[in-house]
Amino acid sequence: MQYRSKYNNPKPNRKLSLWEKLYLPEIARGLLTTIKHLFRPKFTRQYPEERWEAPAAFRGRPVLVMEENGQERCVACGLCSRVCPPLAIEVQASETDLLKERYPVRFEINMIRCIFCGFCEEVCPEEAIVMSKDYELVYRKYDDAIYGKDKLLTPKKDLKDRLEYLREMRNKT
Amino acid sequence: MPKVTIDGKEFEARDGQSVIQVALENGIDIPHFCWHPGLTVAGNCRMCLVDVEKIPKLSIACATTVSDGMVVHTQNEKALKAREDVMEFLLINHPLDCPICDEAGQCKLQDYAFSHSRGVSRFEEEKVHKEKRVPFGPTVLFDAERCISCSRCIRFGEEIAEQPVLTFIQRGDQVTIEPYPGTVLDNPYSMNVIDICPVGALTSRDFRFKARPWDMSFTETVCPHCARGCNIRVGTRDNQILRLEPRPNPNVNDFWMCDMGRLESYPPVNAETRISGAFLHHKKVSLDDAVQAIANALKKYRPEEIAFIASPYASVEDNFAFLEVAKSKSKIVGYFSHHAGENDKLLIRADRTPNAYGLKILGINEFDSTIKESLKTGKIKMIYALEDDFVSQGVLSLDKIEFFACHATNESKTTERADVILPAASWAEKEGVFVNFEGWAQRLNPAVETTHHVRGLDHMNQSRLDRFASKFDRWAQGRKIDALESWQLAEMVGIHLGMKTNHLYTEDVFEKASSSVAGLAGLSYEKIGSLGHPVAGIGKEIKMSFYREVYQQNTQDHAEILEMDIHAEA
Repeated sequence: MQYRSKYNNPKPNRKLSLWEKLYLPEIARGLLTTIKHLFRPKFTRQYPEERWEAPAAFRGRPVLVMEENGQERCVACGLCSRVCPPLAIEVQASETDLLKERYPVRFEINMIRCIFCGFCEEVCPEEAIVMSKDYELVYRKYDDAIYGKDKLLTPKKDLKDRLEYLREMRNKT
Repeated sequence: MPKVTIDGKEFEARDGQSVIQVALENGIDIPHFCWHPGLTVAGNCRMCLVDVEKIPKLSIACATTVSDGMVVHTQNEKALKAREDVMEFLLINHPLDCPICDEAGQCKLQDYAFSHSRGVSRFEEEKVHKEKRVPFGPTVLFDAERCISCSRCIRFGEEIAEQPVLTFIQRGDQVTIEPYPGTVLDNPYSMNVIDICPVGALTSRDFRFKARPWDMSFTETVCPHCARGCNIRVGTRDNQILRLEPRPNPNVNDFWMCDMGRLESYPPVNAETRISGAFLHHKKVSLDDAVQAIANALKKYRPEEIAFIASPYASVEDNFAFLEVAKSKSKIVGYFSHHAGENDKLLIRADRTPNAYGLKILGINEFDSTIKESLKTGKIKMIYALEDDFVSQGVLSLDKIEFFACHATNESKTTERADVILPAASWAEKEGVFVNFEGWAQRLNPAVETTHHVRGLDHMNQSRLDRFASKFDRWAQGRKIDALESWQLAEMVGIHLGMKTNHLYTEDVFEKASSSVAGLAGLSYEKIGSLGHPVAGIGKEIKMSFYREVYQQNTQDHAEILEMDIHAEA
């Protein structure tokens, strides 16, 4: 017996009126819609020449905030690593002579595991890990997808938008 | 026998007990900071306030002795309100250091801030600032801001370690702890103050910031450092031992362990010098070839030319299986004991081997002088030894020995000379039984994986990281040693000699040992449990341990509860 799914049933599920059965007027109506769109503004973008600037609320890849002195804000408390649902973050703490006592000697985010949920940013007590606007992630090898401190550290001034947005949201609640 | 009613339930108490003791023994948790079952009562944290009927004001449960007919409420409004207030006071000047504090995750103050506090501070003024990172001694670092002045460390120094160097100075919110001028906190038990500190004021200089407690797997096992066999918990992450901490056992070590055990027993397990895989004349060969070489040598030499050296560092099972092989070949079986220093009053024993008593039970004795002599003169041509580094300890030289085979965990002067080295699992990688100097049999559990282990299948403790790691995760790439438990290696040699010994599990070996050795009669893994059991013929009273549940800051459970919460939410 031939299998027939309800999706490839050629029978129309309603009866066509006489006007529709005439065929040509309907064709003309379709063409009119197409022609109308020719004169409307364009939606498409000439990526990668033309890039999209994400709004502050956008959750791109998580990055570490670097203070003006070149030090990361992170104190390696490990809460991001603890809260991360797909276990993408690994933190190894060590001692520093700075006032903050503790810093991450190794901080790695496995971008293949990351699901961009933003929990790490939400849980961070130091506002040290934030979601950036970067959505262009390409890797050719598995190891390339593991971002270390070299790729994660981002100067504070580049993250101004997000930090301000976070402050705003915090004051709201 | 006074009868006390706590929270509507009547309990029988013993004379002289305090309310908190009766409550904890019966599973009622009264929050407390300064009270510790191993120390005297100080009564200065005020956290354990309870409402006792007929006493107008609240009383502290730790310093209130029970009397007949006493009615105590730990959960009524008055008591709960008082606890909230105490918490608020304690948190006034406590810094928000949890992200950088090593205690976070196993901190009493943190736990109680969740369970017994309002969660909001009304204190808007600037907190008092004190010194941070003050070294108290070679092992302990002090953070004055975090201290809640419970005086546990001071009392520990006075009562247990007998080195009373710490004291309170200043008053009010300026109070802090300092060693007396010209003294440092440096005694063999100094690191216990880190465990008993209810907050993160005292931290270990050795462990500092190595890992978060919720990222580690904790395994209950026994310290191999001396004949006492203190009960410990081993904290591992990435298959590396990061720290050891005592676990309470009133029959062996109470609540304490010594610094030497804590700092010196785990580095060899993590060390680069570990032996992984079998070696024949210092070339890596398959285990089978190495075992074959030993079996061939055992067949080649005459029985009186072969000496078997058992080891007090190895477990009862290892020595038992080794002894079976030895008995089939030679009469020369013995071991070298290793002593250093003297027995002290508290825990440390001069006998620096964990299982000398176990060897005694198995009928293995120390080598007498005639055998020692014949080992030197070349009468004995072959030695087969369990893991024991007797060459660097200077008890034996191997110059006149033609063939020397040994099991070893680490490279040493002994393995330098060895013709065959079989890779033995270290104390942290195997199951087994150690019998301490008082005849107390205690179980070892594997905390570190070898290549022959699978954490999940071998009932080893798993942290969240261990459980969900895939082979692609860098944090799961911890080193694994290719090593087997010594009894397995000994039995392999036995099989090559035509013996029919083939056990599957360490427990089977122990079962066989307990059925054939009089000293182990009646013992089983189940009976020994996690707190040990005296071997046959030791009429020692088994003390109950009431505070075990309360006093195990079992971070593993903590992590699991969190895990369950998360799953429940999802």
